[in-house]
Amino acid sequence: MTQTLTRTIVAPNHQPTAPRYRSKARRVVLGVPYWVFTTALAVIFLYPLIWTGVSSVSPMAGTSQTDGWGFGNYAALGEYQAGIWVYLGNSLFVSVLTVVLTLFISLLGGYAFARFSFPGKNALFLLTLAILMVPYATLLIPLYVILNAVGLQNSLVGVALVITMFQLPFSMFMMRISFESIPKEMDEAAMVDGCSSWGALWRVLLPAVKPGLVTVGLFAFLTAWNDFMAPLILINDTNRMTLPLAVANLRGQVQGVVDYGATEAGVVVLALPCILLFLILQRHYVRGFMSGAFKG
Amino acid sequence: MTSTAPPVRRRRPRTGFGGPLQGWLYAAPTAIFVTLLFLVPLVLVFQMSASDWPLLSGNRGINFPENYADAVNHRLFWDSIRFTLLYTVITTVILIGLGLGLALLVQESTRWKGFLRTAFLIPSALGLASASLLFYVLYSPIAGPFAELMKSWGITFLGTPEGALWSTIFLIVWRFAGFYMLLMLVGLQGIPDDVYEAARIDGASRWQTFRSITVPLLKPTFALTTVMCVTGSLLAFEQFYILTKGGPDNSTMTVVQLIYNVAFQGQNSLGIAGALSVIVLLALIVINVFQLRAFRRTDES
Repeated sequence: MTQTLTRTIVAPNHQPTAPRYRSKARRVVLGVPYWVFTTALAVIFLYPLIWTGVSSVSPMAGTSQTDGWGFGNYAALGEYQAGIWVYLGNSLFVSVLTVVLTLFISLLGGYAFARFSFPGKNALFLLTLAILMVPYATLLIPLYVILNAVGLQNSLVGVALVITMFQLPFSMFMMRISFESIPKEMDEAAMVDGCSSWGALWRVLLPAVKPGLVTVGLFAFLTAWNDFMAPLILINDTNRMTLPLAVANLRGQVQGVVDYGATEAGVVVLALPCILLFLILQRHYVRGFMSGAFKG
Repeated sequence: MTSTAPPVRRRRPRTGFGGPLQGWLYAAPTAIFVTLLFLVPLVLVFQMSASDWPLLSGNRGINFPENYADAVNHRLFWDSIRFTLLYTVITTVILIGLGLGLALLVQESTRWKGFLRTAFLIPSALGLASASLLFYVLYSPIAGPFAELMKSWGITFLGTPEGALWSTIFLIVWRFAGFYMLLMLVGLQGIPDDVYEAARIDGASRWQTFRSITVPLLKPTFALTTVMCVTGSLLAFEQFYILTKGGPDNSTMTVVQLIYNVAFQGQNSLGIAGALSVIVLLALIVINVFQLRAFRRTDES
């Protein structure tokens, strides 16, 4: 879903700066309901996050943190089945492998689509975009059968391959426009100097498409980190589960009694990297295009 | 997306560069991935939908019309379709409306509005599964912040069909409103200043400006957001799987959940699940073509 976030960068932007002339008194009177209203909205959006963070370390009966503040819930999460480090490791493995595969395929593919002409080029590109049209579930069931047939049942590599495939339409589109926005003179100059097409890609074009690669890699990471349905269907072994799946399964393990405290801790561990990444990068993605940094 | 590059004109036919062979070489990983992980499964799901294919014993021969008959006659088939459509309509209307409202609210850049933008957008950074787990605790009658209130008023969030539907919709709106706000902001910024200027000079009121300038000029944005929101909602799975498991009493069973249950829980029939998947795929294509047509027609008129 977050895919379109980056496409927005290329949109032309204009800041409607129609000044509204109002007297100061009128502005204050009209301003009060506005402030109350917008503050309430901000609270609604932030409260669930803050509440979860706070209550994951606060005391509550029936959790692993019964008296006093502390990290009991996180300790409980750490000891759940294979232990949180295993699940974190699995999630990291899937995420990193997805990022590497996505970058590799879309870098070469984007180069091919932007700079070469070969038979079947448009068909292949359209086919890649067609992945967007097919529901996740429709593909996951046959993929489950295929991965089993080639010995990738219960495999984190299989999960990474599947997530990479679902990321391809976005990554390929992104890398193709990244390459196409570089003037052709750049690689032609490199060729004149004796570079092969590979040398031109590696030495000249790679630095120029770096922003595109960062975007593609970031979204691949977030998608893989958060993906729930692919591991749910492809992984049965409790030791190979990824973090979202492990936290979801953690509820209702002990005869229907849900460890809410550990679930909160799990949500924090899951959400924190995403929120931090978002806050660090929002300058580039949100403020940047809002303030007109990307203006023509 | 359809903007393909203008035909590449080579000034110098240099050795190797731009040749079909090299092009295919660079495109090979893409081709391999798309073929093995997209085309083959796509063909296989059609084959599955026409075969007797239990989860554990594999393909056991053709079972063509029966799978589709079984799928349509599944006792939850029509209920799940009705529920999914209801959920899709409500979610889409709220998200598009709220997205536009929030976008108008934070359009100018001031410090406070920048903070509001960030506040609305932060939930979009969470994964859908994480957000669902968060609200699972928030809605809980034991650990949630409304536990006392729920006890004294005798209400539950997820205990009744209506409650479960609206609680899930709230979660989805919370998670996606900022994202749709962002898309609307991009659309709004595509409207040139001088159009507003002209309206102001003509003495148009705010409401008139909104109705006869903003809304019509946002049509492409509305088309994009509606198609995205409808597609996403029709395929809803995680939020219901985590929050309600389709309950209470199968009242919140979506189509994708039904596919998952038929394939992996209980019935274990990949054949019927395949048939359901094919039905969903075709329905989705028809719905999207219909939507794009509808938007194009209003564009022309």
